[in-house]
Amino acid sequence: MSFDDISVLLLWTAIAVYTLGFLAFTVDLARRSELAIVAQDAKAQAQARTLVAAGGGQTIDEIRAEEAAAKVALEAAPSQRGRFLFARLGVVLTTIAWLFHLGADVTRGIAAGRVPWSNNYEFALTGTLLVVAVFLGVLVKYDLRFLGAFINGLIVVLLGGAALAYYVEVVPLSDPLKSVWLVIHVFVASLASAFLAIAFALSVVQLLQSRRERLALAAVGTDAAPRTRLPFLRTLPSADVLESLAYRFAIIGFVLWTFTLIAGAIWANDAWGRYWGFDTKEVWTFVIWVVYAGYIHARATRGWRGTRSAWLSIVGFTAVLFNFTIVNQFFQGLHSYSGLPS
Amino acid sequence: MSRRSSDPRADVVDGPLRPGDHLDRTEDRLDTAARERDQSDGVAQPALGFVGWLRWGWRQLTSMRTALVLLLLLAIAAIPGSLVPQRSADPNGVTQWRATNPDLYPTFDALQLFDVYTSVWFSAIYILLFISLIGCVLPRTKHHWKALRARPPRTPARLSRLADHAETTVPVPEGEDAAGHAAHAVDLAEAQLRSARYRVERYDRNGVASVSAERGYLRETGNLVFHGALVGVLLSVGIGGGFTYTGQTVITEGDGFVNSLGLGYTSFNPGRFVDTEALTPYSITLDRFDVTYAPGSGQAGDFAAHVTTRFPGQDPEDQVIEVNHPITMAGDRVYLMGNGYAPTITVRNGAGDVVFSESVPFLPQSATMTSQGVVKIPDTGGEQLGMVGFFYPTVAELDTGALTSAYGDLLDPRLTFFVYEGDLGIDDGTPRSVYALDTDGMTEIAGRNADAPSLELSPGQTVDLPGGRGTVTFEDERSAGAPESVKRYISLSIHNDSSATWVLVFAILAMLGLFTALFVPRRRMWVKATPDGDEVRIEYAGLARGEDPAIAVAVADLARRHADTLGEEPASAPVSPANVD
Ligand code: HEM
Repeated sequence: MSFDDISVLLLWTAIAVYTLGFLAFTVDLARRSELAIVAQDAKAQAQARTLVAAGGGQTIDEIRAEEAAAKVALEAAPSQRGRFLFARLGVVLTTIAWLFHLGADVTRGIAAGRVPWSNNYEFALTGTLLVVAVFLGVLVKYDLRFLGAFINGLIVVLLGGAALAYYVEVVPLSDPLKSVWLVIHVFVASLASAFLAIAFALSVVQLLQSRRERLALAAVGTDAAPRTRLPFLRTLPSADVLESLAYRFAIIGFVLWTFTLIAGAIWANDAWGRYWGFDTKEVWTFVIWVVYAGYIHARATRGWRGTRSAWLSIVGFTAVLFNFTIVNQFFQGLHSYSGLPS
Repeated sequence: MSRRSSDPRADVVDGPLRPGDHLDRTEDRLDTAARERDQSDGVAQPALGFVGWLRWGWRQLTSMRTALVLLLLLAIAAIPGSLVPQRSADPNGVTQWRATNPDLYPTFDALQLFDVYTSVWFSAIYILLFISLIGCVLPRTKHHWKALRARPPRTPARLSRLADHAETTVPVPEGEDAAGHAAHAVDLAEAQLRSARYRVERYDRNGVASVSAERGYLRETGNLVFHGALVGVLLSVGIGGGFTYTGQTVITEGDGFVNSLGLGYTSFNPGRFVDTEALTPYSITLDRFDVTYAPGSGQAGDFAAHVTTRFPGQDPEDQVIEVNHPITMAGDRVYLMGNGYAPTITVRNGAGDVVFSESVPFLPQSATMTSQGVVKIPDTGGEQLGMVGFFYPTVAELDTGALTSAYGDLLDPRLTFFVYEGDLGIDDGTPRSVYALDTDGMTEIAGRNADAPSLELSPGQTVDLPGGRGTVTFEDERSAGAPESVKRYISLSIHNDSSATWVLVFAILAMLGLFTALFVPRRRMWVKATPDGDEVRIEYAGLARGEDPAIAVAVADLARRHADTLGEEPASAPVSPANVD
């Protein structure tokens, strides 16, 4: 068995374990939903018993208390976190999957005799490895386990897709790729994408949360209990908190992306004799950079903070994914060493 | 957490200057007036007059919202250039696009979709954006310059209204008066803040001692450096372009190139201010071109052009040009862009006179180096001749009988020609590509549509042209002492772009500015000691200027460390409401 065969085997094992992790995290969310509903029902019963006139809607104070509790939970040290059984299982499974994933990446690198990020298959392998690494690393500081289902789901889709659609045998590098900039530029781009991925996940949850909050606030003082299809959101941090968390990831991603842009230009200047030529790949790197610059501005602009800026973060990461999949595959560009200028 | 919209900012004026619609805009009187005017939009607006309108327009242009919209427009406007081939990057793509979409082409061309990045609409967006940027950054720089020399602002009257706030009371030790102890406590706090690199200012009044401290001016400096450096990048690119030139050339093994417009280049694009007469006349000779072929796949790589370079009046120097490793000659960077085969072809006419003898560069068409080339012979003694040739370094036959190349290296080289006779179309002075033959005015005399079959040759072989028109020889270069039967050639790209250094400098500045602008926290801290009978009440408060996730922790830290240095157990532990909203 060659190193590359081992790598593929480890990769599929990792995908399988990530899938289990995804299931565990999903069960965790479902159980949080249950908790939220039980709490709601208990309150309704209590109210029925004491014949309180007010209906199912929460009071402002209750909403604020819920938010404060969620924020404390978010920032709690690992030892003081809620002991959600399935969330812990999810973390353990994700960590195991990540180790297999790391093994797959390293053996691929050994098989190729170079860094394992020089074609689409390998970008996917390393990029997703970094997403999970950042996610697991961040768990030490913030209790973001509620993102676990989202992250694991994303990873399973991306890795599975890459293994099926992008797999290529190890081939020698083409000459322009033989450069230290391959090591630096591509790695930093992947790392940037990893931070932007987490920001994206947080922005998505933020949108869901802010919708729920709107409904909850509208229901204050009315009879109608606010109905949401995702009751677990009540146990998560408020949209505001999610937003500034997303922003923190996005700015780290943005600085790394800025570096990627500059490093790419330096490399292009060595390989092709110009630092910038609006080649398709360059165009998309630029577009992504500008979208995130827009996002940062939006966060500071009256009327744009909140939902609108969250959409920009989502658009930005969609562009990252688009750049990696569609642009790499289908767009004509300079990123091959053809032989001659025509 | 970060700042809150309910912060009592009225107490604490004079932050960094922000555009009118910035969330964090400090509300000085002037601006309130401006805002009131804005809000009365549409409703009985006072006549603005021309200057008023100009100012209104300028304020709109330099607002955050405009900057944001322009940024998003810029992102959208850049996209078409990745969908439609661009003349600057891919001129052949444009030609092909035109051939496949003849109906759409004029519309697309009129919309400048083949020159997106120099188009009127793209330029308009980025020029407006940069005007907005400059209009935004200049006043901010002025304001910041003043702020850098100003003292931290007066301590707000009621610190407890700030979100990040802690409070404690300490007993006054025996033999000290309360005011003295308050001053002493604030002295300690002042020293502590100063050593944490805060700028500090004392505001003691009526026995109440307080220190006001601010840090993180670097945040705004970084922001201004970042935006300023972006202008620097744009200017370097714009102005530098005028002094830039790029040229292409092709050199066959054994041949050379001279850096002179008339002699050396196959194409040359100078910027507006380039003096094309003043090029340094160095020369580059290609001694040998090395390629390695990967076992198995046969993929070519490790291209290395071994050259001899000479400056007039100096000793020659041996150098190697590789992909990613250009050489530098008199400020020019010389890049290896491509390579191929240049079979040496000799043509004799019916009388046996040599009418053509050259190594002709063939353009590779595939990874295995099936290559195409053209031979034009204007002076044959009779009709002009043109030949379209295909070269296969390792010939193989497809099922259809057509030839192809199975491998990139010279294992079994073969050369074939279609031959045409007639008018080459080069006498009227119209520039023609050396890689294309216009067969409009010509008749095919050997090939698919002629009576005679196409010519097929191996190295060293000579075949007859049909009808006694002469012979064609595919020379074997080994007989002339070369290591291989067919010579190789390289194509070089020669660039002079001294502005690139400036672009890099500004880019790095932007990067550093960005880093400080995003990650250096800017915050204000206050410590206030109020005598209260035989106790002193000490308050700590902080206010984040801009995104600052750690402000609550910073206030709590300040309170704790201050209590420690005060050297006494506080009568009551500091309560920090910061973590519980
Ligand atoms: C080429 C166009 C521009 C780009 C790429 C850009 C990019 C950025 C980036 C990346 C940041 C975050 C880093 C920092 O805080 O320094 C930022 C912040 C900022 N930009 Fe720009 N910018 C552009 C134009 C403008 C213009 C025209 C204005 C004025 C209206 C402006 C005003 C600001 C302000 C006030 C901030 C601070 C935001 C905050 O308080 O968080 N920018 N810009």
